[in-house]
Amino acid sequence: MAIEIVQPSVELSKIALSETHGEDSPYFAGWKAYDENPYHELHNPSGVIQMGLAENQVSFDLLEEYLESNLESSNWGQKVSGFRENALFQDYHGLVSFRKAMASFMEEVRGGKAKFNPERIVLTAGATAANELLTFILANPGDALLVPTPYYPGFDRDLRWRTGVQIVPIHCESSNNFQITPEALEAAYDHARSMNIKVKGVLITNPSNPLGATIQRKVLEEILDFVTRKNIHLVSDEIYSGSAFYADEFVSIAEVLESRNYKDSERCHIVYSLSKDLGLPGFRVGTVYSYNDQVVTTARRMSSFTLISSQTQFLLASMLSDKEFTRKYIKINRERLKKRYEMIINGLKKAGIECLKGNAGLFCWMNLSPYLEEPTIESELAIWKTIMHEVRLNISPGSSCHCSEPGWFRVCFANMSEETLEVALSRIHEFITTRKQ
Amino acid sequence: MPPPPPPPSHLYIYPTTLHIVLNLIPITSISLSKHQIEMDIALNNTHKFLSKIATNDGHGENSPYFDGWKAYDTDPFHHETNPSGVIQMGLAENQLCFDLIQEWIGNHPEASICTPQGGFDFKEIALFQDYHGLPEFRSAIANFMSRVRGSRVEFDPDRIVMSGGATGAHETLAFCLANRGEAFLVPTPYYPGFDRDLKWRTGVELIPVVCESSNNFKVTLEALEDAYDKAKESNIKVKGLLITNPSNPLGTFYDKETLKTLVGFINEKNIHLVCDEIYAGTVTRENEFVSIAEVLEEFPTICDHNLIHIVYSLSKDMGFPGFRVGIIYSYNDMVVNIARKMSSFGLVSTQTQHMVASMLSENDFVDNFIKESRNRLAHRHNMFTRELAQVGIGSLESNAGLFFWMDLRRFLKEPTFESEMTFWRTIISEIKLNVSPGSSFHCNEPGWFRVCFANMDDATVMVALERIKSFVHETRMLEIKTMAKIKTKKQCWQNNLQLKLSSRRLEDIMSPQYSPLNSPMLRAQN
Repeated sequence: MAIEIVQPSVELSKIALSETHGEDSPYFAGWKAYDENPYHELHNPSGVIQMGLAENQVSFDLLEEYLESNLESSNWGQKVSGFRENALFQDYHGLVSFRKAMASFMEEVRGGKAKFNPERIVLTAGATAANELLTFILANPGDALLVPTPYYPGFDRDLRWRTGVQIVPIHCESSNNFQITPEALEAAYDHARSMNIKVKGVLITNPSNPLGATIQRKVLEEILDFVTRKNIHLVSDEIYSGSAFYADEFVSIAEVLESRNYKDSERCHIVYSLSKDLGLPGFRVGTVYSYNDQVVTTARRMSSFTLISSQTQFLLASMLSDKEFTRKYIKINRERLKKRYEMIINGLKKAGIECLKGNAGLFCWMNLSPYLEEPTIESELAIWKTIMHEVRLNISPGSSCHCSEPGWFRVCFANMSEETLEVALSRIHEFITTRKQ
Repeated sequence: MPPPPPPPSHLYIYPTTLHIVLNLIPITSISLSKHQIEMDIALNNTHKFLSKIATNDGHGENSPYFDGWKAYDTDPFHHETNPSGVIQMGLAENQLCFDLIQEWIGNHPEASICTPQGGFDFKEIALFQDYHGLPEFRSAIANFMSRVRGSRVEFDPDRIVMSGGATGAHETLAFCLANRGEAFLVPTPYYPGFDRDLKWRTGVELIPVVCESSNNFKVTLEALEDAYDKAKESNIKVKGLLITNPSNPLGTFYDKETLKTLVGFINEKNIHLVCDEIYAGTVTRENEFVSIAEVLEEFPTICDHNLIHIVYSLSKDMGFPGFRVGIIYSYNDMVVNIARKMSSFGLVSTQTQHMVASMLSENDFVDNFIKESRNRLAHRHNMFTRELAQVGIGSLESNAGLFFWMDLRRFLKEPTFESEMTFWRTIISEIKLNVSPGSSFHCNEPGWFRVCFANMDDATVMVALERIKSFVHETRMLEIKTMAKIKTKKQCWQNNLQLKLSSRRLEDIMSPQYSPLNSPMLRAQN
């Protein structure tokens, strides 16, 4: 929707006028195309299929089933005083039962391989807020966080917009499957220093968005050694931890810290959310888990700007502390995501398209570089526009994720029915076939 | 291992004074314990490892405003289990109408996504993360805001932007309207939370517009101009004026003329006006409250509408602080647009949006709720002020808010903030009431206290009143004894200010209406 900008008579702030909100990125342009012409099986079968939104819709039936059989614990209706207490509760420590439930759930997701202390859990309205909040705490305006590329486009806003902090990319390459190397870490650090920018931390997403792959234990160890050597922080965004297809293939930084007896752990912080693993983005449930006492205290104070509705905390507290339910959910969710992943990979393979070998997340990292006119971002965006307008699929171009190599695209597969996925795959197949001719 | 508790603040000094004191006293002149030294080293290391924002005092929790809460937390009053505990009168909550809400909830299972009736909405609601918010939520909020103002004005749902409570709304507006180092003017006394909400992470400054008891703390054009000029002299750019209407902590609201004056002022200076109307629904004399929205409607050419922004929330009027429903309503398209993008950092849970949408679109319920709430607040307010007046305790005349502004100036040993703090400590530790000292609201005159009355049941109200009256009675008895002693010593106290003050109290005590034998409590008991 075009906004008619009437020149305001009084200036707004620099932050308000800057473009760091990031919405001019192609990442969001695709969403707009979808909004204007959304696919619907019956009403709009030729509309745009949304494959640019990393949502998890494959396991809602499990949640609904839980709610049906556990009405009492999720409703105040049964207890007259329940509503009042809940409506009044605004303590930024959060409902104790909910914090315990989150800690318990995070442990379940890691198969019990790491322990989480509820006292270290700080609640925020979504991971968006958690990442911004941590940045405010760890870095001053002008300082930088090192982030491996390709990365989630939202970081440009979350980490930089209101904080004034910069992102310096850690370049990763397809030649080694985009893994983070010690050389790349050092290079990014040196690059920042050469520009006289103070580096305050490294932020990794594990499992990675947009790669859809877990970070290997060896690499985590190297990253931890690096941040210790440089005396900087490490933020591990583990928002997709429950979306790893094989439980034992995901290693959390928490496990690495535990194996080191928590030495140097005060520089480590984990971000989590229920938006991906549980598919509840609307509820705004995010958390900062820090091994640093001061960070926990400060983060908690800052969470005043972004608390989770006590109504939602109450609903989820009982659900997430039900170990039988969470165990079952996590297991089935993993299986379904794996099945979807295999479906899309095989479908793309049939069309002659290769993807990065992935093992987690709600998307795959598709390689269309053989189909680019030239190995440039312009060519990438050209083919992206074609895919959007002619093939009518909204996928996310690698350049919007700051990928250093053109031609890669993130394709989401968990936010639609299997039937819709089949339609999408057949469209791609047709497109590639035509293109080859 | 849980984070260590903050160090106990043994110095109950007005925050800025504390900062000055710490900067002036050389470290060597204070003997520090080993523990203190260790803490200093740890703090020093932390200072380098975390950001400036993380290690400064911008979170505001060292204010006495919060110390009282801590006193309450460690010894909370409870009728049965802790009848001598501290009664919380420092928290502006509205607990008077939950029965109405609970009844509605019971009758509307479809408003919850967890019931069989509402469950089919679960998936859609859980997935919806559009920062525009559910359209029905925005409509319901616009409807509610209008009805709270007697339907005298309409609100456009498309201008409604969500935020993490009013706390989030204020911070977001500060980010939008001012750069680091720039300032907002704020009339004193003001809500202590503003120091954190508007300044902490934004780097924006607050400049007080000093209001005085001599004219009932009304905001004058002189005070505004004075504050603006002071800022200019200090080379600080003023970007806006923030008013809370109805006022926290005063409990008063601005009349139309004053609002027009303020609008004229900001228009002339070309700065923003942020109106926090979070207590709009607590006005007991409904027809007299004037919202800034009404001023704009009645006098559309009074100013550039791009300068006007309203902050609202359901935390006070509905008593829903836990649900974090904050609203920014701006007449400036660009601000709406930008604030909406920023709302990603503090969206309202769709589960809550869904419930609120159902509840606040039902006009019969809304109208009845607003009416009942006003009546109950008025009743409670009157009860307090009446009973306290009987023991000679006055308060600022007010018709809104969840509190009143109590005048305890004559109880201070000296008209200083130190005396105010001393007396406040007495109130907490001996009278066992947590009230909020005026200095924490940046009041320019010592002796005023904010007393919240809507966050307790009727029985607790009686206990609180009883305690206050007992204290007043005891204080007077003590003074009578003291006066008797002084008289028998036959010393010359003619020029002694203390005597003059005491004499005045003596007169108060000796006049029939305040005689202990005529205590209303005695009468009530008989």
